[in-house]
Amino acid sequence: MNGPVKLACRGVWKLFGDHAERVLAETSGKPDSEALAAAGVIGAVRDATLEVHEGEIFIIMGLSGSGKSTLVRCLSRLIEPTAGEVLFEGRDLLKADERELMDIRRHKMGMVFQHFALLPHLSVLGNVAFPLEIQGVDRATREARAAEMIELVGLKGREDYYPRELSGGQQQRVGIARSLAVGPDIWFLDEPFSALDPLIRREMQDEFLRLQSVLKKTIVFITHDFDEAIRLADRIAIMQDGAIIQTGTPEEVVTRPATSYVAEFTRDVPRAKVVSAGVLARPGTPGPVVVPASARIGEVAAKVFDEEQPVGVADAEGTPVGVLHRQDVLDILLGREPRR
Amino acid sequence: MTAATIAVPRPRRRSLGAARYWLAAAVLAGVSVALSDRLPEWMVEYPRAWRMPIESSISSAMKWLINDANFGLFTFQEFTRSISWCFNWLLQAAYGLLAHGFTIGKGEEAILIPHVSWIALIAVLVLFARRVGDRGLAVFVAFCFAYLVVFGQWASAMVTLASIVISVPFGVAAGLLVGIAAYRKPWVERAVTPVLDLMQTVPVFAYLVPILFLFGFGPVAAMIATMIYAAPPMVRLTVLALRGVPEEIKEYGRMAGCSQRQHMWKVMVPAAKSGLLVGLNQVVMLSLNMVIIASMIGAGGLGFDVLHALRRLAIGEGLEAGIAITLLAIALDRLSQAAATVPPPAHGTVRSGSWLMRNRLAVAAVVLLALSMAAGAVIPFVADYPESLTITTGKFWDHVVEWLNINLYDTITVVKTWLLVNIMLPIKGFMVALPWPVLLGILAFAGWRLGGWRLALLPLALGAFILLTGNWEKAMITVYLCGLSVVIAALIGIPLGIWAVANRRRTRATLTVIDTLQTLPSFVYLIPVIMLFSVGDFSAMIAVVAYALAPAVRYTIHGLNQVPEHLVEAGRAQGCSRAQMLWKVRLPLAMPEIMLGLNQTIMMALSMLVITALVGTRDLGQEVFSALAKADTGKGIVAGLCVAFIAITADRLIQAWSRRRKAQLGIA
Ligand SMILES: Nc1ncnc2c1ncn2[C@@H]1O[C@H](COP(=O)(O)OP(=O)(O)OP(=O)(O)O)[C@@H](O)[C@H]1O
Ligand SMILES: [Mg+2]
Repeated sequence: MNGPVKLACRGVWKLFGDHAERVLAETSGKPDSEALAAAGVIGAVRDATLEVHEGEIFIIMGLSGSGKSTLVRCLSRLIEPTAGEVLFEGRDLLKADERELMDIRRHKMGMVFQHFALLPHLSVLGNVAFPLEIQGVDRATREARAAEMIELVGLKGREDYYPRELSGGQQQRVGIARSLAVGPDIWFLDEPFSALDPLIRREMQDEFLRLQSVLKKTIVFITHDFDEAIRLADRIAIMQDGAIIQTGTPEEVVTRPATSYVAEFTRDVPRAKVVSAGVLARPGTPGPVVVPASARIGEVAAKVFDEEQPVGVADAEGTPVGVLHRQDVLDILLGREPRR
Repeated sequence: MTAATIAVPRPRRRSLGAARYWLAAAVLAGVSVALSDRLPEWMVEYPRAWRMPIESSISSAMKWLINDANFGLFTFQEFTRSISWCFNWLLQAAYGLLAHGFTIGKGEEAILIPHVSWIALIAVLVLFARRVGDRGLAVFVAFCFAYLVVFGQWASAMVTLASIVISVPFGVAAGLLVGIAAYRKPWVERAVTPVLDLMQTVPVFAYLVPILFLFGFGPVAAMIATMIYAAPPMVRLTVLALRGVPEEIKEYGRMAGCSQRQHMWKVMVPAAKSGLLVGLNQVVMLSLNMVIIASMIGAGGLGFDVLHALRRLAIGEGLEAGIAITLLAIALDRLSQAAATVPPPAHGTVRSGSWLMRNRLAVAAVVLLALSMAAGAVIPFVADYPESLTITTGKFWDHVVEWLNINLYDTITVVKTWLLVNIMLPIKGFMVALPWPVLLGILAFAGWRLGGWRLALLPLALGAFILLTGNWEKAMITVYLCGLSVVIAALIGIPLGIWAVANRRRTRATLTVIDTLQTLPSFVYLIPVIMLFSVGDFSAMIAVVAYALAPAVRYTIHGLNQVPEHLVEAGRAQGCSRAQMLWKVRLPLAMPEIMLGLNQTIMMALSMLVITALVGTRDLGQEVFSALAKADTGKGIVAGLCVAFIAITADRLIQAWSRRRKAQLGIA
């Protein structure tokens, strides 16, 4: 949002089927659903445009089959888009040749997979050191670096274990450590926690946020779980049938859904979890308690009702922007739309 | 439940429809045979004048290759000779290590370094067995190799083992590389698949002929034949195993920035390891099978012992060597299977550290074997188990055969003659008299009904080859022998399968027996048959039935077990009796699978048929066999291709039927 654009794509299409290119050509690059269906072509990604800024957690969210995995694989060029362009650090990724691509992947990209994708014949240490081994880093250096990463994800002591000896959560920690070993600039995570039990998932989300607070990576994170999305996201892109139908902060998506489909999605999301204090701030004189504008209402509601005097709101620089009214907070807690 | 109820097949009308075609075909065939006197001559017997000299063209092409072909820098013959030389060198080294020892120097001062001691080799194998398997395996391996020692089969077995030790790595490596290329490049796969199909249906003898021609009689030719024969399944299994690697792992390899080579060797191959090891097991077993058969072109060892004994009708000797082959086969199979299924490593079991530390067991084994050679030079007992201590039961078996001949000869002859006169000969006569346009027409029609015009053209094209090369009558005799054997195998195998699925214990016991039978080299089946029935069509049929029985049973078991549970329940809910359940629900649903089993049975029957040429049949197998004896390449290849074409026709028609039927039943 604030930082420069790290990764962007414009008008990306990915069509599966025998006549993919022809369909695109015949409809001058903009086939509709009927044209695709008539040609027997699956529109896995349709005209996707997005920008990911440096240091943000960008979440792509949609139901199963909506094209999330396909889109992220186009962004990393694991699959070749049928049309469109992908810009990584301002360079057209689709024009890069084999060598350049290999280089970018070796040093600048990391990816975490839904089913972990650990190499079964390597130990935890071997798996985490693998991307460095590929680059030709010598054994001592790469194992030292791998050990560091393993410690970072809290698996110290398990270096000699083999993937099948670990629980799902532990395996995904290995996947995370491995993808971080090369110090990537951009980090793709394709439903990293979907294969885990709800409790473990929660724990891993916390772990993920902790890591991000230390590492400050640029992240593209895929999920089909809206709760996960609003918990982790700086910004969310919502996909339906291959198209991105809305991009925005969790708050924007919840409070100003672009389509009825998004509204349907967000209906059950507790408003208190997404609406921030800044949005509800009204002019007034604050008491001694001041909360940041980015704080969620759910987090500050108790203060609003406990304090005798109005609770103040201040922006990132500490400048006061207003106060919170109890009625507004109550509305949010009850799930009503914010009054403006 | 309703969906399930509806899905229980009651295909009255449809099966009548199919039956109508069967009936029509049978009537047409019958009438045409009955009227064969009145039909024009060319329809009954394909005229000689219409043949094409394919055999002699192949033969002269081969002659040209050997005598005149030149690649500029070297001639073709020099090329084959240098290959020969390399393999011979390797083979001699292996023989030296395992069987003959090495002689250093010449004449008086020659020093003989003995071969690896039997004690040490057994010890190493047993330890290996214990590492990859349980104690039972170790005991079994000890038993098998002890048999070889005690019954005086050790020397021959080591010659056989030496051939395997050299040919397996080449077969595996070749299969792996071709498999990788086929996995990477679709056009390679498209080119390789039909070749593999052909290689797996052409009878083994047909391989031997051109190789004999190119490389001459001897162990090297035998080894090359072995490698070529054993590689195709490795190619297929490599492609399958690589395809089977989870998509995410493939993607991970690319995201990690692997180069093409790193991706293949550091990601794909290790991730596909278990599938590849299944391929290794296949290569080992096929190599053993072929090394035995290749004794006909000069591979020594156990196969030669059997062949030699059979030729002299020394049944007892043959049987002992046959048992040795059997035990060696089962031991190698169990060992390589165990090695293929060793669970992936657990933490703490793999020592890190120097190469020596990590491989200390292997190093210890090599050191032990080397020391045993030195010890053997000093103590003869260590090198060779003394001959005076070996046992032989040869005499005993000869007596058994004699006894059988005296006491059962009449009974066996009566049965044999009755079957020959009343069943086998009439069928043979019918097949030979059947006008070729009628049979081809029926096959083409079946192909068209089952799979459209492509499948209709296939039998026509392949049949045309058989006609043009003048092999029609022999092909019909092949079809008769094979068909009859398959029917008998089905009549025994399917009920056996039905019996076996009744409960789990029976299933497991039956499958164990069948697995074991299938590991036996085909050659071995001939021994008891010759012992009981001497030579001829009848013996051939019995051997073929015995060899081809296994898939009929296996696929019946598999098919019945795979009938969806909810359909069985639906049948039960409608109040089917046990018999109705079997005949109306389970068998019809299992039928497509059972037919695939019959397909396998046909393939195995055809491959065995060629081997039974040894006991004097008059079909295509005999053609191949006699071509081998005369080193007549053209004849051997053409006859081999004819057998392959029969197999391919049967295979494609049955597969199409099975696929169609599965689709109709909704169990695809
Ligand atoms: N290789 C392929 N060939 C044909 N169709 C494909 C292929 N890969 C994906 N698709 C189709 O593209 C669509 C989008 O698939 P994709 O895997 O991107 O969805 P997703 O949002 O990641 O779903 P999930 O949550 O299940 O992972 C689906 O309809 C899928 O069937
Ligand atoms: Mg997905």
